[in-house]
Formats: sequence, structure tokens, C-alpha cells
Amino acid sequence: MKFPENINIPLDVWVDRAMDWVLNTFGGFFDALGTLILYFMLYIEKFFLWLPWPVLILGVGILSWRVLGSWWSGVSMAAMLFFIGVLGLWELGMMTLSLVVASVIISLAIGIPLGIAMASSNRMQGIIKPLLDGMQTMPSFVYLIPALMLFGLGKVPALFATIIYAVPPVIRLTNVGIREVSASVIEAAHAFGSSYWQILFKVQLPLARPTILVGVNQTTMMALAMVVIASMIGAKGLGLEVLLAINRIEVGRGFEAGLCIVFMAIIIDRITFAMASEKKQ
Amino acid sequence: MEKIIIEGLYKIFGPHPEKAMRMLNDGHSKDDIMEKTRHGVGVADASFVVNAGEILVVMGLSGSGKSTLVRCINRLIEPTAGKVIVNGEDVTRIGKKELRHFRQKHFGMVFQNFALFPHRSVVRNAEYGLEIQGVDTTKRREAAMQALEQVGLKGWEESMPDQLSGGMQQRVGLARALALDADIMLMDEAFSALDPLIRRDMQDELIDLQEKVQKTIVFISHDLDEAIKLGDRIVLMKDGFIVQQGTAEEILTNPANDYVARFVEGVDMSKVITAETVMKKYEAMAYLSTDGPKAALRKMEKAGISSIFVRKSGKLKGIVTARACRAAADRGEKNLAAILDTDIQTVAPDTPANELFPLLAEEPHPVAVVAEDGHLKGVIVAGSLLAKLSEVTNPENGSDLDAEADSESKITV
Ligand SMILES: Nc1ncnc2c1ncn2[C@@H]1O[C@H](COP(=O)(O)OP(=O)(O)O)[C@@H](O)[C@H]1O
Ligand SMILES: [Mg+2]
Repeated sequence: MKFPENINIPLDVWVDRAMDWVLNTFGGFFDALGTLILYFMLYIEKFFLWLPWPVLILGVGILSWRVLGSWWSGVSMAAMLFFIGVLGLWELGMMTLSLVVASVIISLAIGIPLGIAMASSNRMQGIIKPLLDGMQTMPSFVYLIPALMLFGLGKVPALFATIIYAVPPVIRLTNVGIREVSASVIEAAHAFGSSYWQILFKVQLPLARPTILVGVNQTTMMALAMVVIASMIGAKGLGLEVLLAINRIEVGRGFEAGLCIVFMAIIIDRITFAMASEKKQ
Repeated sequence: MEKIIIEGLYKIFGPHPEKAMRMLNDGHSKDDIMEKTRHGVGVADASFVVNAGEILVVMGLSGSGKSTLVRCINRLIEPTAGKVIVNGEDVTRIGKKELRHFRQKHFGMVFQNFALFPHRSVVRNAEYGLEIQGVDTTKRREAAMQALEQVGLKGWEESMPDQLSGGMQQRVGLARALALDADIMLMDEAFSALDPLIRRDMQDELIDLQEKVQKTIVFISHDLDEAIKLGDRIVLMKDGFIVQQGTAEEILTNPANDYVARFVEGVDMSKVITAETVMKKYEAMAYLSTDGPKAALRKMEKAGISSIFVRKSGKLKGIVTARACRAAADRGEKNLAAILDTDIQTVAPDTPANELFPLLAEEPHPVAVVAEDGHLKGVIVAGSLLAKLSEVTNPENGSDLDAEADSESKITV
């Protein structure tokens, strides 16, 4: 049986209208914001493209050796990075990396304060938590639509979509980390006459740090996962390589780019995860 | 001098305390109020004072409202009604910012579960209070080090709290409160989480420390022995109400009601009764500068005693016996200096009676009770000690023991 056509709400029309209204009213704001984000992004990209490859490889090698605790890890991480260059994808890799780095920096800048706000009031938690739950259940490419509409094609919407997708874990874990701090320790801090900010910076954040770092790790991984999808709206990098390869059914090319993304993911995950758990002990 | 005055203090837990307050004043019980209004009674109509420099112990069973009461003093818990006057200022009326400054200046607090900052080293824990106040690094480090030394933690400054034993962690907690140089210490079951032996050490150390620092201490405890040992005065709580307050002796010898009596039951009285209560007044006294052997002899004969304490410019100097006096008089000596026995046993007025028995057993002379400034307050002889003890422990059969006062082995100490 067919569903009666006259029972119908024109939700699409409403949403379009709302979006139009947003653009008309805040168009200038989004333009300015877009420009700001673009410049930030470009500086980071410039830096990674300028950075001589031996320096980065050596740096990653040493860092891995330090935080992972074995020279073998250092060598293998450096080798993976080296391999990206060997495949001729160094430049694209650096573009992807700068997208990840830029979106992680902005995600943390937004996410940690939001997590703090969420931890400091139950009402705030009541508002933000369902939003985060909703965001997490949504398929990632859905974020591309508003990003596209607000910023058009290019790096900025890609970054925007990536941030929206990647920011929930750091918000959530900042909140959890702060709320986990033992109530008696907080009480002691109050008893000695600490202010809200003193308690936040001297007690809560230091004690929540391991948990927040787990959030940073997750946010980073999600940002990396988003780059392929974000390339659909014009972010250059390894993601776009994969996308093009799919479109043209060039299996080899897609495999190379995919492998590079996996390597990058392993390197970033290992290092940030080790940093998080190192502080936990 | 009154340091803290608490007047008609109430704490009702819950959103609408008015009804619970009314029921409380109509004499309903805590459980009753909980059942009918879902409001918990924390503290009900508490009034007492804490004098400057004393240790006041708030005692009661678990759930009687001790922690709530102590937290109302520095407003970690907001009182529902009543006044908390500290140094003449009503803490319940001051604003948020002044409250923070008030806490920084006046309250050091020590917690049952230590509540140390696990991410800070021992010394950084100890300096926390000063750091909050914006005291510069070298100064606060110095104060923290000094506090740590006072609690016997010198050399442990750079350790992390979780590397220390419970007793040591609580020393850090104590140092953290001491480093502030606040005039009041709030100690909520500070030693309850420690092993009995360590606990006793900590109690002793607190007493020693208090001699030096002379803080006003509100000490929470559920342990009567601890309360007796530490408390200059004791406030006894039940279901949020104060059921009795006074010195340990007042409470023990004269329990206000059955609850107190039951609490007090099984306490070894000889630990509670102090030298001051069992001493008797000295019948006579010789003066080193004016009395010779003959004068001393005459005083002894008159009082019917065989030895006499000798004093000079208000201070106890020693003892002379009748025999030595007679010999000296025969030799024609004119003063007591040569025969003065300076090796006498003295005790402080607050020495527990159970520590007096061994002294009396060894000592041929009476034991002198001497105040801090060196003057004689009274003397203790075995007979008076036993008589007093039996009187306090069994008020009805009074001084039956008087007759056999000398056989101290009959009393188990
Ligand atoms: N935050 C609170 N909310 C509700 N009831 C409380 C709260 N804190 C304490 N109470 C109640 O107040 C009473 C006294 O508690 P407390 O002061 O902790 O007792 P104590 O320290 O003597 O063991 C108890 O009945 C307890 O259940
Ligand atoms: Mg308690």
C-alpha cells in the first residue's frame, strides 16, 4: 500500500530556508571565519611542506624511541614515514598531515574548554551530552553538507567537517577526566581556600590529564579517518588520491595512498597513545 | 579566650529544610523526619565554644553529625541555621570571596582519608595552601620544609604521596595544614584510618606538637580513648544533637544520660583520672632559704608526716626526711641544703593515674604534682590514689578500698 502523499511535511524546504536565513544573516561572519581558518591552515601546510624530509623522519624516529621506550619502535616508525616518501607521496602526505594537525589543534582549543564547562555544571552536561551522542551516531559524511553550504568547496569546509567529526572524544573525555577527580581531594582544595580557577588548574586538569590525553589520541585518530571523506569536498592530500583512484578504478594507485594513510595512522596512534598512558602511571 | 563560638547551629540536608526544622523542634526523631520529609538531619541545635589554644574533641558514633559539624565551621557545608563566630566574625554571613580568604588565613584542615594531592610531591602538597595565597616560591618552600620537619618527614620532600605509608601520608596532611600558619586546625577523624600503633604515635606527636604550636584544634573522633587522650574538652554528639560537653572526667564521672553512660562504659578509669584529681593537698612545706632542720622537724611533727617537700622562690627543690633532719640538728647544722634530697619524683597535673602506680611502687617518698611553672600543686601517696579511684569507679560503695589501700596489686592497671 502506498503511503498517502498528502501526509507530508516539507522538511527539506524548511531546512533549506533555515540555511538560507543563516547564510544571509551570518554570511559575513562565516566568510571572516573561513578566511581565518584558511590562513591558519595554510601556515601549517606551508610549515610541513617546508620541513626537510630527513628532519621530520629523524624527529619522528627519536620521538617514538623516547615515548615508546625502544629503539626498535623508533626505527620502525621512521621507516614507515620513509616509505611514504619512497612511494612518491611525500607531498600529499604532508598535506594530509597538516589537515590533521590543524583540525586537532582547533578541536582541542574548542573541545577542552567545552569539556571543562561540561564538568563544571550538570546542566551544561545535560545539554552537551545528547548533542555529542547524536554527533557520534551520525555518518561522517553528513557533516560535509553544512560545511559545504557555509564555506563552499576547498580546504576550509574540509577542516570544518573534520573538526565537527573529531571533536566529541576530547570534549567527552575532558569532562569524564575532571569528574573522576576524587571529591575528597577537591574538598581539601576548597578547605584551603582555593578559587574555581585554582582548583581547575592546580588540581582538576593535572589529575584529569591522562584521561584528556586519551581523548586527544581518539580525536587525532578520528581526524585522520575523516581526511578521506573530507577530500570529497576538495581537500588535497592522500584522501583525494584514494578518491580519484576509486573513481578511475586504479587499484594500485589507491592501494599506495591507502597504505600511506594506514602508516600515518599507526605512527600518530602509537605516539599519542604512548604519551597518554605514560602519564597515567 | 573564646576562639570559636557556635550558636544554635543546624544542618538539614535536602531542598526544603523548613519543615524538617519545625519537626525537629517539635521533638521528632531523626529517623522520623527522614521518613516523613526525606530530609536528613546532620546537625541539630548545636552550641558550644572552643577556647583559644585548646583541643576540643567532637565525639560520637558514625552518622552522629561530627563531620557535618566540623564542615559547617569553615562552611565546606553551608549551615541551615545558626551562627559560627570565629575570632569575633560570623562566618555564616561573609561572602564567597571573603570566605576563601578566611579559610586561607584561619583554617588548616586534616582529613580522615588524607585527601592529599596525588599529582604533587610531598613538599608541593605541604606548600599548597601558601601557593593558593600567592606566597612566593622560596618563602612557601621554606614554610613547607619547616612544617615537614615538624611532623618528622625531613628527607621525604620529593616523594610522591602514593609511595608513603598511611601514617606518613597523614603526616603530610598534617604538614599541609601546619604550613599555612592558620590559627585553627580542623581535624576530621585524622587518625581513624591508621593502624592502632601508628595511631597512638600520631596522637602522642600531636600532643607534643600542640605544646609548640598552640593552635586551636577541633578534633573529630569516634573513639573515646582518643578523645580522652587528646581532648581538653569533649563534645559528645548523637543524631545531630550535642548530648554532653565538658572535660573527659566530667563526662565519665557524671554521664548526662544513658547514651553517654553506654558510650563511657568499659573505659579504663585509671587512664582517665589524672594526677590532679587524685592528689591531696600537702599538709606542710619547708622553705629552703628560711627553715633549718629544727623548723622542718617541727612542721613534720605537727602535720604527722615523716618527710617534707622543700621549696625556694615558689619552686619545688627537693625533700627532706625527719630522720635526716634529726641527724642534721644533732650535728648543729643550720640549713637544709646538705640533707636535701633533690632526686624526687614529679609528675605533671594531667598525668593519667595508671602511670602513677609504677612510680608509687618504686618511690619511697610521695610523688609531687608539679605545674609547668615548677610550683607544687599537691602530693600523691598510694592510699589517696586508690581511694580516689575506687570512689570514681564505684560511686555507691564509696571508699571501701581505703582500708586496703596499700595493697595496690588488687587493682589491675
Ligand atoms: N551530603 C549529604 N547529604 C545528605 N545527608 C548527609 C550528607 N552528609 C551527611 N549526611 C547525613 O548526615 C548525618 C551525619 O553525617 P556525618 O556528619 O557524616 O556523620 P559522622 O561524621 O558523625 O559520621 C548522617 O545521617 C548522614 O547520612
Ligand atoms: Mg565523619
